[in-house]
Amino acid sequence: MSNPVNGSVRMETKDLSVRYGPAIYGIQNVSMPVHANKVTALIGPSGCGKSTFLRALNRMHDLNSDVEITGQALLDGEDIYAPQVDAVVVRRKIGMVFQKPTPFPTKSIYDNVAAGLRLVGIRKKQVLDEAVEKALTGAALWDEVKDRLKSPGGSLSGGQQQRLCIARALAVEPEVLLMDEPTSSLDPASTLRVESLIKQLKDQVTIIIVTHNMQQAQRVSDYTAFFFVGELVEVSPTGTIFGSPREERTKEYLSGAFS
Amino acid sequence: MTLKARYARDAAIQVGVVLMTLIVVIPLLIIIVYVVANGITALNLDFFTQELGSPARAIQGRPAGLRASIIGTIVIDLIALAMALPFGIATGIMMSEYPEHPFAPVTRLMVSTLNGMPAVLMGLLAYALVVKNTGGFSALAGSVALAFVMIPIISRTTESVLRVTPWSLREAGLSLGLPRWRVTVSLVLPAARAGIVTGALIAFARAAGEAAPLLLTSFGNNYFSMDLTQPMDTLPQRLYSLAISPYRQWHSMGWGGAIILLLFVMLTFYAGRIAVKKMEERALGVNEERRTARRKTRKDRREANQ
Repeated sequence: MSNPVNGSVRMETKDLSVRYGPAIYGIQNVSMPVHANKVTALIGPSGCGKSTFLRALNRMHDLNSDVEITGQALLDGEDIYAPQVDAVVVRRKIGMVFQKPTPFPTKSIYDNVAAGLRLVGIRKKQVLDEAVEKALTGAALWDEVKDRLKSPGGSLSGGQQQRLCIARALAVEPEVLLMDEPTSSLDPASTLRVESLIKQLKDQVTIIIVTHNMQQAQRVSDYTAFFFVGELVEVSPTGTIFGSPREERTKEYLSGAFS
Repeated sequence: MTLKARYARDAAIQVGVVLMTLIVVIPLLIIIVYVVANGITALNLDFFTQELGSPARAIQGRPAGLRASIIGTIVIDLIALAMALPFGIATGIMMSEYPEHPFAPVTRLMVSTLNGMPAVLMGLLAYALVVKNTGGFSALAGSVALAFVMIPIISRTTESVLRVTPWSLREAGLSLGLPRWRVTVSLVLPAARAGIVTGALIAFARAAGEAAPLLLTSFGNNYFSMDLTQPMDTLPQRLYSLAISPYRQWHSMGWGGAIILLLFVMLTFYAGRIAVKKMEERALGVNEERRTARRKTRKDRREANQ
């Protein structure tokens, strides 16, 4: 399925559980769809498992040998945890942007964006130049940095660094982009820029975003999933969740009963 | 406790800290002053340009020097560093980046053991491995012995700097679909390079002062030689043999040699510090900022002149 229909199910989890030890569940039996070219927001109080869930979607838990994962996470119907599937290939299709901007400190702006392509063997300067410009334009950063592509990535402001990280993730043309509280370390102006960027990007990629900010979830997302103590409470179109949630717990959370 | 009592306690602790520091620093100063005072007269042109030769040379006042030892030290230590770096860095990576690998605990045990092992045993090891099998003492055997001294130091510093490299850097690389080895080689190692260089220099300086491993390997040579398969002279081992010799003239040269060794080690550390600072500045883009600032100043000046 190279051209998924807008809105069709792109990813889907089936009874996905992540355990940090014999009886310590990060998330338990989460089953939910992720729709193509839509933004799905994951909300819930701290420690509810939304980040754990997000990181399970591109096998970021693999390096921690204490973590045990059961259930399935399907991308276009194929389980990314199937034994014959290589985690590296999964991560190339499912990119990630983290809470704190993480530019590669020793690399220039250009090299940061080109890193993913170059490290998988693309060497042609022309191809790289085009990909870098495309990714930086996509991340709404090109105009600000086009004259200083050789400067270190660390010399940018926090908001620019986060957009650089988005550009870096976009450069390898992922099918799904996971964002773990991408604006929590940014000022309001930078936050708005990243949010409008997310809305533009959903034409190209399917986005799943973890956020603590209810307004942000309402502003950017098409679907919202509410997590509570390791369980998925409900997932619905964003308007429904915030307007007339099915579950009592969702209603209480949204009204500030617990946080 | 009253405020006055607190001030008094603070003052007392400060005095204690200063005293302890002095107790550490003063002997070091005494050593330096003593070495310089005794050796400075031996440092003349001959000292750097002549070989030692037989004791008769020095006793009869003919030109004699430690040129062979100075150059030998540099040659043997550099070769040792080249040998030790790949092993030291690789084992450091094993311990830090692949802790779940079955080799990792074994590696850690081996490195700790090597680190605590007396240097003379490194000499014995190199003696058994190289000298015995090649049929004689040689500069290369000396390098192997010193490499064994360097490996655990490089390994441990590499491990500790890799460990303090932010985990987020690895995750960022992995999330781009890079394989783990790629993340290590292209992202984590470059980010930690300043620390790795420091470790290599500490190892280099430490090995440069070792005499024991060399007595059984590079052995020493009163005459200048650049043949790596033959015995070669080095400063620490030469200091030892000059010091136990019965000749007054040789004792004096030994003190001179000690000054050179001291300078050599201090310069290594100093050069290392500068190199590390440069690297950190480049990584942080300080130079870039300076260049931009300079450009701006020039532009301002031009505009002021018009």
